Amino acid sequence: MTDEQRKLNIGLAQMLCGGVIMDVTTRDEACIAEDAGASSVMALERVPSDIRKQGGIARMSDPEMILAIKDAVSIPVMAKVRIGHFVEAQILQELGIDFIDESEVLSPADETHHIDKWQFKSPFVCGATNLGEALRRIGEGASMIRTKGEAGTGNIIEGVRHLRTILREMKLLAQLDEGDLFAEAKRFQAPLQVIQEVAKTAKLPVPNFSAGGVATPADAAMLMQLGAEAVFVGSGIFRSSDPQGFAGAIVQAVTHFRDPGKLVEVSRNLGTPMPSIGAGQLSAEEKFEHRGW
Amino acid sequence: MKIGILGLQGCCVPHERKFAALGVDCCRVVFPEDLTGIDGLVMPGGESSTMLKAATPGLWSAVGDFAEARPIWGVCAGCILLARQVDNPSQQSLGLMSIDVRRNAYGSQNDSFIDDLELNLTAVVHIEAIFIRAPQIMQVDDDVKVLGSHGGHPVMVESRRHLATTFHPELHESMAVHEYFTGKVGRHSDG
Repeated sequence: MTDEQRKLNIGLAQMLCGGVIMDVTTRDEACIAEDAGASSVMALERVPSDIRKQGGIARMSDPEMILAIKDAVSIPVMAKVRIGHFVEAQILQELGIDFIDESEVLSPADETHHIDKWQFKSPFVCGATNLGEALRRIGEGASMIRTKGEAGTGNIIEGVRHLRTILREMKLLAQLDEGDLFAEAKRFQAPLQVIQEVAKTAKLPVPNFSAGGVATPADAAMLMQLGAEAVFVGSGIFRSSDPQGFAGAIVQAVTHFRDPGKLVEVSRNLGTPMPSIGAGQLSAEEKFEHRGW
Repeated sequence: MKIGILGLQGCCVPHERKFAALGVDCCRVVFPEDLTGIDGLVMPGGESSTMLKAATPGLWSAVGDFAEARPIWGVCAGCILLARQVDNPSQQSLGLMSIDVRRNAYGSQNDSFIDDLELNLTAVVHIEAIFIRAPQIMQVDDDVKVLGSHGGHPVMVESRRHLATTFHPELHESMAVHEYFTGKVGRHSDG
């Protein structure tokens, strides 16, 4: 990735701000998402809640199904690769996918390395639970960060914690003297240059989106009010009782996230959200958020 | 002078930074009443299909009324919204400029590019133009002036009141296009 390409890739991430990126598993779902106003779709074979239920190794989706979805919509299409699986990423780049998600929702392929994203032309989005993780991914070349949350649970608590953590850590960093930043780079295990940039602006140098556990329009609006620049919704749309209704309502909630009147309007009579899993019901090994290093 | 940025979805903050650097006040436009008291409107880059869905009832007709007297600048997705006709796929648009536009005309993100561009503004300027999954202007009528072209297609056009760019001046260093639009807004303003 050249400097020019990095500008283009962060630029695409900026174009997705204020929007909703929806997980879809078929052409029909992709069309429902686009018609509802999704700013992008994530093409994958199983939504996170199904991956959780079925277990086993979750891999990159069949290129044929990704291409079918790419063909069905005009909005940008994203797809997931396993953490560290640079060959899956090469395949997605070759397919001309618009954004590659190096995702903890799939089974990790490498227990020490993430993908060296500088080797790719295509942009990458990566999950993070705290600032160190976010800055390591940016150091590796990610063009967008999303908080991980806990995908497939319909429980927003982890996403809220991750977003609050990153925002708080950035605010604290901005208070420090320049001389302190060397120690902070060590503490965060992140490149000094990115630490210095964040200390100057109290913002990530790439857009900061939020994902994991979004089940209702109110969940999406909460992440936006906390400071997310856009929202990913995984199982929350197509595992709800009314995918079309939930998709449209969550799009409206993200546009009008500070408007309680509008939030009332879109939340009324919406139906049943996706089946949920409480925070205490998952063991540490069952949590996707711990994947990534 | 106050310039509104259509805030339904997309790339708003970099425009606000540019206008702030020019000393121009900005506000977000989401509801029809937000158009009251502003002198010009920017429809930013993002996904045009999302903006069409995210708009509240009455917003587009209010933007149409606003456009009768005040300038609008459409950037990328905003250029698509301004067009008379849109294809690839066909899509509703506001018909505020006599241009026909093709969405995603260059392909996917791997086909996005940056190139040098010469623009005929109040003077000739050279800028680095950033094209991200950009649309192409396929046809322009006589009432539309081409201010810049790339690869045989117009990429910056203006009518008497309105302005459209298929590239992203909010993401490059130059202030030229924001200055140019501010000038256009000034000429149509009551003050």
